[in-house]
Amino acid sequence: MPGNDRSVDTVVREVCAACGRDPTRMLDIVRGVQRRLGWVPEEAVDRIAAETGAPRAEVAGVVSFYAFFADRPQGRIVIRLCEDVIDKLHGAERVAEALVEELGVGFDETTPDGLFTLAWTPCIGMSDQAPAALVDDVVITRLSRDRARQMVRELRGHGDPHRLVRTWGDGNNAHPLVRAMVENNIRHAGPVVLDGFERGRALEHALRMSPIEVIREIKIARLRGRGGAGFPTGMKWEFTRAAPGERKVVICNADEGEPGTFKDRVILTERADLMLEGLTVAAYAIGADEGIVYLRGEYAYLLALLEDAIERRRRDGLLGRRILGRDGFDFDIRVQLGAGAYMCGEETGLIASCEGRRGDAKNRPPFPAQQGYLGRPTSVNNVETLCCAARIVERGAGWFAGFGTKDSTGTKLFSVSGDCRRPGVYELPFGTTLGELLERAGADDIGAVQVGGPSGRMVGRDALERRLSFEDLPTGGSVMVFDTSRDPLWIVDEFMRFFVEESCGFCTPCRVGNVVMHDAVRKVRAGQASAADVERLRALAGTVRTASRCGLGQTSPNPVLSSLDAFPERWRRELRPARRDDLLPTFDPRAALRAAELLAGRSSTVFPPGEEDAR
Amino acid sequence: MSGTVTITVDGREIETREGRTILQACDEAGVWIPRLCAHPELSVYGSCRVCTCLVDGRAAAACVQPVRHGMVVESDSERVNELRRTIVELLFVEGNHFCMVCEKSGDCELQALAYRLGITHPRFAYMFPERPVDAGHPDLMLDHDRCVMCGRCVRAAAELDGKPELGFLGRGIHRRVGADGGAGLAGTALRGDDRVATICPTGALLRKRVGYRTPYGRRRFDHAPIGSAAAAGDGEER
Repeated sequence: MPGNDRSVDTVVREVCAACGRDPTRMLDIVRGVQRRLGWVPEEAVDRIAAETGAPRAEVAGVVSFYAFFADRPQGRIVIRLCEDVIDKLHGAERVAEALVEELGVGFDETTPDGLFTLAWTPCIGMSDQAPAALVDDVVITRLSRDRARQMVRELRGHGDPHRLVRTWGDGNNAHPLVRAMVENNIRHAGPVVLDGFERGRALEHALRMSPIEVIREIKIARLRGRGGAGFPTGMKWEFTRAAPGERKVVICNADEGEPGTFKDRVILTERADLMLEGLTVAAYAIGADEGIVYLRGEYAYLLALLEDAIERRRRDGLLGRRILGRDGFDFDIRVQLGAGAYMCGEETGLIASCEGRRGDAKNRPPFPAQQGYLGRPTSVNNVETLCCAARIVERGAGWFAGFGTKDSTGTKLFSVSGDCRRPGVYELPFGTTLGELLERAGADDIGAVQVGGPSGRMVGRDALERRLSFEDLPTGGSVMVFDTSRDPLWIVDEFMRFFVEESCGFCTPCRVGNVVMHDAVRKVRAGQASAADVERLRALAGTVRTASRCGLGQTSPNPVLSSLDAFPERWRRELRPARRDDLLPTFDPRAALRAAELLAGRSSTVFPPGEEDAR
Repeated sequence: MSGTVTITVDGREIETREGRTILQACDEAGVWIPRLCAHPELSVYGSCRVCTCLVDGRAAAACVQPVRHGMVVESDSERVNELRRTIVELLFVEGNHFCMVCEKSGDCELQALAYRLGITHPRFAYMFPERPVDAGHPDLMLDHDRCVMCGRCVRAAAELDGKPELGFLGRGIHRRVGADGGAGLAGTALRGDDRVATICPTGALLRKRVGYRTPYGRRRFDHAPIGSAAAAGDGEER
């Protein structure tokens, strides 16, 4: 195990020096220290605080917030099995059993030889090739029981997760800087994002316009944010441009954490340059000199490819000082790697994380466009949104608005997973019906569809004619298909557990409300709930939705509320008739006494033998 | 930022200045809105959500939301108070609040809010979490059982006492206040006469040896419900 105080001291000093002792680089510092020491011991927290000048309380707060940071020793290799609902319906729990048997330890435990730690992790963006796991930073897809056992045996031999990857996926997954077994699964490439792209083209077009004209072009195209909320991108850029502040910031949200979404993974693999070009166009339009790509920790395997693309752009004069020879257009991009927190997909949590802090949401107002990253006006845009922006500038607002519907222009990348024959990415015009998408994906037996991930809506077959668009059935990309054998209440249970684990806990309704809602769902599933319990649950869901501070809590009741809408009879089937006082016994005192009766060798005098308990 | 604006709160017109939050404007006008995490000496926070109002029909935390001319605020209505009741109940079931044996009883803002909102018992199951007590400091103690995560102590230590030694650890339902990065109060420079020592709305952060100086029956909320002072024109509740 990693060593004495002196080596901790040396490691921290070196890592902090490499990050300029800058407390806003706290995530990189903690990650760097953990890489060298295996975990982040108390002394390291002390030393990081001393080196960066950040309060010790803050450093410890960061270490404890992110799932990928360890404040206790862990194995040399960490196996994180994806516990997403899609992975489970493809057999993740069987894989889990095999791993537990082979390793001889349970989840959240470390093998006695200090070699392995086993853990669950929420969706890692591989729902189209589930069950999947992260072995350190290496993605292992399409796991089976046998494959899992074999993986552990191999690792015991050579200890190198990279050697588990024997065949590379298609496209850039086979790139020397990636070498991943991940498949793109692009099932339909549309004309906007996944079309071919020549770097620099959009930027050349942009520089022929004034920044104001670029924003006007984005507004004419009626581009709306692709992350899910659908805010008009042109307005966001305009607010950020107009906000007082000398330095402005543009951030690409590549923290694709919504379970069931993986389209940004594909864009980052195959069209990173288009995204980076969109970010540069945004910088030009807004007048920003600083760009950040916030890449989720689960996609660390794409970091080298992304940094290489950034470096090439610097060499080609597309980043850095005097971009394309334009005086005064100075702009550069850094990548901020996340560390396992769904919360950081929310833009204020993401900004806090970029500042090297816990990913707690911030108050709004002030909005990021007014005061964002380090108090500077900041525009945060989704990966796909930035790609669309680059295309609009390259090919024209009219061309772009020719796709889609009136209120949802352009195309959308859909990530389809679950019970279908052709899971993968489909780039189709907005307004495509859910049924058409699912037909393409080869979903023959449709019971329930989760549109937009756990924070979206659960719908039934009667929604197949609805149009995927902001005005009808919105989605940030996730479309999960469940056949008629899957229980909607099981799905709700899984999603509520997800929100309980991923709530930052800052505000009361989300921190506590999600736990209470999850318990209520489990009570229903256990056959211990009455109609009154469900009404209480519905009321609480309404309060959490209304009173929560950020988008996470405001959408976390959606699995409950939308399944009550779509599958009321499924909920009703579990309910028990209540007594006259509206209560149902969930505790059986008779059964609870049984062990004590056995120990005492006599029957309870409260419940004499043969007498029924007083229900 | 000194323009005068008028907002309407529960039908009453309040004149205030630009840059104020709804809560500040109401405090100055003697209109009381329930709150836990907000405190006049501390920066705006917005964690407890007890001060949630309907602002032009949409929910917003009064302690965070700046005033705007013509704004219509619904605060003391049955539907808003029902929402507040739910939030306070959630705080009760999340921790271990045994008012009858708590030295802060009668001087506790959580307990007082429950009385004021008419909560006799929570409608949700108690979670009974296991939370250790940090009693290692000579003059202070931190009883996590009674913590409502309002962050008042975290802010007071940093903003008023200049000692940023308290912070939050963990996330979600496992969130907790950590002193000195989790090592405990004893290792901090916090003192019994610091402002932080008396800033806690509940009995989570306590000064030692002074708990019963004011006997039960003669405490802040023993005779008049929380908020009475503000409504009588005395301004901020202390």
